[in-house]
Amino acid sequence: MGAYILRRVGLALVTVFLVTTAIFFMTHILPGNAAERILGNLAERENVLLLEKQLGLDKPVLVQYTSWLGDAVRGDFGESIQHRVPVEKLLVPSVGYSLRLALVAFLLTIPISIIGGIVAGVFRGRWIDRAITVGGLSAAVVPEFVWAVLLVLVLGVNLHWLPTNAFPGTDASVPEIVHHLLLPSVALILVLFGYISRIARAGVVEAIESDYVRTAFLKGLSRPAAIRRHVLRNALLPTIAVTASMVPYLVGGLVAVEIIFNYPGFGGLLLKAVQYRDYPMLQSAVLIISVVIVGVQLVADILFAVLNPRIRQKVSQ
Amino acid sequence: MSAPTLELRDLSVAYRVRGIDRQVLRGVSLAIQPGEAYGLVGESGCGKSTAAYAAMRYLPRNGAITGGSILFEGRDISAVPEAEIRELRRAAISMVYQNPIAALNPTIRVGEQVAESFALLGNGRSESRRLAVEALRRVQIADPSKVMDRYPHQLSGGMAQRVVIAMALASSPRLLVLDEPTTGLDATVEAEVLDLLRSLIAESNTSILFISHNLGVIRAMCNRVGVLYAGALVEEGATATIIQRPSHPYTVGLMRCIPRGGLDKYDSHLDTIPGTPPPLGTPLPGCVFVNRCAIARESCATAPTPVTDLGNGHTTRCPYHAEAASMPRVVASEPVTASDEHRAERGRDLVTVAHLSKTFAQGDGDVRVLSDVTLSLRHGETLGLVGESGSGKTTLAKTLLGIHPPDDGSILAIDGKALGSTIDDRTAHEVASIQIVFQNPDSALNRRHSVTRIVARAVQKLAGATPQASEERAQSLLDSMSVDPVLHSARPGQLSGGLKQRVAIARAFAGSPRVVVCDEPTSALDVSVQANILNLLADLQARENVSYIFISHDLGVVRYLSDRIAVMYLGRIMEIGPAQDVFDGPHHPYTEALVSSIPDVDGETRVRVRLGGEVPSPAAPPTGCVLHPRCPRRIGSGVEDLCTSTEPPLREIGPGHAIRCHLDVGQLGSASRAATA
Amino acid sequence: MSAERDLRAVARAERDRIRSERLRQLRRNPAFVVGAVILGIWVVCALIGEFVVPHEPALVDILSTNKGPSSEHWFGTDVVGRDVFSRVIVGARPVLVMAFLATVIGTVLGTVIGLVAGYFKGWADVIIMRILDAISALPVLVIALLALAAVGGSSQPVTILIIGFVFTPIIARTVRAAVLPEAELDYVAAARLRTERAPHILAVEILPNVLPPIIVEFTVRLGYAVFAIATLGFLGVGVQLGSPNWGSQVAENYGRIFADNWWSTTFPAGAIATLAIAINLVADGIVESFEQ
Repeated sequence: MGAYILRRVGLALVTVFLVTTAIFFMTHILPGNAAERILGNLAERENVLLLEKQLGLDKPVLVQYTSWLGDAVRGDFGESIQHRVPVEKLLVPSVGYSLRLALVAFLLTIPISIIGGIVAGVFRGRWIDRAITVGGLSAAVVPEFVWAVLLVLVLGVNLHWLPTNAFPGTDASVPEIVHHLLLPSVALILVLFGYISRIARAGVVEAIESDYVRTAFLKGLSRPAAIRRHVLRNALLPTIAVTASMVPYLVGGLVAVEIIFNYPGFGGLLLKAVQYRDYPMLQSAVLIISVVIVGVQLVADILFAVLNPRIRQKVSQ
Repeated sequence: MSAPTLELRDLSVAYRVRGIDRQVLRGVSLAIQPGEAYGLVGESGCGKSTAAYAAMRYLPRNGAITGGSILFEGRDISAVPEAEIRELRRAAISMVYQNPIAALNPTIRVGEQVAESFALLGNGRSESRRLAVEALRRVQIADPSKVMDRYPHQLSGGMAQRVVIAMALASSPRLLVLDEPTTGLDATVEAEVLDLLRSLIAESNTSILFISHNLGVIRAMCNRVGVLYAGALVEEGATATIIQRPSHPYTVGLMRCIPRGGLDKYDSHLDTIPGTPPPLGTPLPGCVFVNRCAIARESCATAPTPVTDLGNGHTTRCPYHAEAASMPRVVASEPVTASDEHRAERGRDLVTVAHLSKTFAQGDGDVRVLSDVTLSLRHGETLGLVGESGSGKTTLAKTLLGIHPPDDGSILAIDGKALGSTIDDRTAHEVASIQIVFQNPDSALNRRHSVTRIVARAVQKLAGATPQASEERAQSLLDSMSVDPVLHSARPGQLSGGLKQRVAIARAFAGSPRVVVCDEPTSALDVSVQANILNLLADLQARENVSYIFISHDLGVVRYLSDRIAVMYLGRIMEIGPAQDVFDGPHHPYTEALVSSIPDVDGETRVRVRLGGEVPSPAAPPTGCVLHPRCPRRIGSGVEDLCTSTEPPLREIGPGHAIRCHLDVGQLGSASRAATA
Repeated sequence: MSAERDLRAVARAERDRIRSERLRQLRRNPAFVVGAVILGIWVVCALIGEFVVPHEPALVDILSTNKGPSSEHWFGTDVVGRDVFSRVIVGARPVLVMAFLATVIGTVLGTVIGLVAGYFKGWADVIIMRILDAISALPVLVIALLALAAVGGSSQPVTILIIGFVFTPIIARTVRAAVLPEAELDYVAAARLRTERAPHILAVEILPNVLPPIIVEFTVRLGYAVFAIATLGFLGVGVQLGSPNWGSQVAENYGRIFADNWWSTTFPAGAIATLAIAINLVADGIVESFEQ
């Protein structure tokens, strides 16, 4: 098991390394550069060259890459081109806010989706199953910002049920913070629910149709007992992996939702960094995103292996 | 007399498929007395499993009882509330299933699952566990407390079936339903499970409903048998009576399809049953067998045929039962004979295999699946390859075909010329000369291509013909396999299993092969279809002088088709020789165990020779003779130490008959002779 | 022989019935019908919308900004006085064309990569899967943002290529998963045993058998392409500035939502939602008909 975890961690590091490398070269090799972008198309050539020198953009790409990588490993992410302050000064608080929103959304999504999936699977073919599966997936294909607009309009502006500003200020209490995060969270949940509940449903249906659940029925177990003891565990194992694979979608959704709600997360920072070609900011943001995503998937993989005896045996050999 | 344990009265069951109710059981009536073992036989789709599950009152979501009743100890349970059924399943009726590993929950330890059955009877937690250990011991699991802590995937099929049996017997049920409990298990494992069941049943008064497609198994287990066809019970009676004096044309046909009594391809064609069973749910107002029956009258198609009582509990649904036993054969008995020219070639080696080994890299270690195999295949002969799962017979065939390369140092040659190790290293002619008929035609035929296209493409590539000539040749090949021209444009999915296998055979013969590997070609087929395919293979061999490597777990089938037989165990050839000698013995202890484990249709009682333990992993084969930890003849042979230390060579004990064993010929047994003795 | 002829008749009747029942079932599936009708309406809008709209979609009229829905402006006017109804109708074309082309590119590339990875396994598979893992470690949206930033433009062809590119690993994974068990089937060994080369085996033998999951994946991805394009438009990247893009329309007018102008945001947002849901309902119907 220890060897397995080590191997998984190694693979995860390789993935993060590949991602950051790819992003670095993608942003540096392609035509056009930050100095031009910052100074505008009409800038004097020598001014552009001067700025390039200041930013270190005149050195060969490989040199830039190794020095960036070396600094990043030491925790130095460089200085934002746009704001002229160390990247982490801006990034750390905004990532904290984003994590807050993501956590509220995710903690609400998981139980709701799994319960929805179980209900749909257990009542397969009935109206409630159709409602959950068709409704869930229909909700999932509508972009978060569309949901956000409609939710703000209906729940916020018209009905006044929920606050439409997501950020109650830096000194707000926890219940207040959560209360204000509810509306953006619902926009995110609506997109995630369909995917996660579908997998939970599929797991339940597969288990209910399996030979071992037939054995449970023919042993004389009642339907609720058979579902509780023999269906749920087997059905929910694959849900772990899928839930983790939804994290990238959640992060993508955060960007749009944060902008709609004018929330001080990393989404606005990322968008601005893209528009201004703020490379140090971009690379650091991407690094953090990929570390978070790969990390969550790593945890899910290990959890799956620990909970599934068949995998557990395979990996400990 | 007390009420029967189980009685089906005129039971009809239908499945709703695409909005239409399709009859699966048509008015089945049968009764099982306390302590009686009742067998239900029939081919796939006849409704026997439905009958088994109906006895548990467990039907699929789309299934419903449309008529008649199910009586358990005299009480109609076909409509009682779910809670009462649950009570019966808990305490009085149990079931054993076909696929035991799948029948156990993969994420729960075995012990907990067995204990659950006891807990359901009201036992406390620790008491249930204690009883579970006890139950596992009762089903002859050597180390019950260790097995309790395992997960199902860590068990062999035979072990898992013991666990399922232990669970089923937890409540000391009054009725035990067994649905093909040994299908899919290896022969020696099957024999052990049947032995176990027999002894457990003997010590109780449990009634048995035993579902099987295998008449030999039914004969070994049941006093009475019912024959099911297209959802109707066509004949019923004492097992021996039904097998010796069948009185329904279907049963007669079935008995004639089975290769038995040492019959081989030179003696006679197998007889078959013409046509195919009616599709599920076809309305059949008269006799269900009418359109395949050789002695049917016009009235049979329209009027229901009543049950005729022949005395001693023997009943048949055929009014013309007196003619059934002597009804005409469907297939001419005389086999095709080979030309003199072909016969002159017989006995000469065609393919030689020497020191063939095959190692697969698996995880950290290597697994040697084939070890130093040496054999030859002669012109126009069938070499039967016999052995249980893990013996390496399929790997041997695939290596010969070049699907994967053998280890260095292995020698493969055809007509004295060395063969490249993989397909890519061989000439088109060499590839065409060794072909295969796979076990499962659904896997072997591309389901998106038409029948003609499948065969024509093979002709084009293997015989080097133009696309047009290929198509014509494909048509004539299919004709000679008796595939009706109207089916040539069909996709495989529209054909029956037997027809699919004919198409696969046509493809194998597209490039005039010298060798055709037949890898369990009939194991997915019903016996009547199997007989057709075996006849076809025998005829093709006589005409084309092709050689077969015939892999099968069914020794009756192997014996019918083979000239010589090689017995494999853990990647080694343990015995090789003329079919007759290998079967009659004296033979290798492993062969002896294998032959003695086959449940015989004719009810010959053989002395069972048991192998101890389970097949070791090929990753860690035993030292010395690989059979020694399980060998029934080693103890007391005087060469025990030699067996554990040195691998015996293949040693000739008769003309062309060799065994890999240290024991003297006089110390070896013979399963068949023991029977006659 | 006659028995086999019967069999053929039965087989053909069965096939015809399955086929016609599949169609009938689709027609009887209310969700599918609703989806198909809505999708049909948007396709018509994309085809002929620009010729029939009541107002010039780009025409700015500062004298009638933020006007509510009326008989003159059915969906009202936006912050600069453009007719919202006309802009919603002509907005169907760019999103449908871009989503379709991007999905086609992703499906074709993904299918090729998935076939190769699933069939050859070994090193090719390991390398391909590692790269795909890396691509999947970032949100589709973030990759698209970065790529658009790197390329520097916001041209539609670039957006199409980028979305096609980020869809590729997702589709490749689906195809690979379908190919893996397929390549183990004996008909593939049989093809090798008649000296067929790998391209033939992949294209002629395996591909037809993995088409159903590819078709399903295509329809599902199409819906997600609409999702991604709308979101990029909303974020102000990936679409031509000033084009009647639904996402941009929401972004331009969103600020007025708290004041008095709900229509110029709601109608384009609703357009995105209905199109995405319509594609999803059609996809769902197709999935279900394959499962039968």
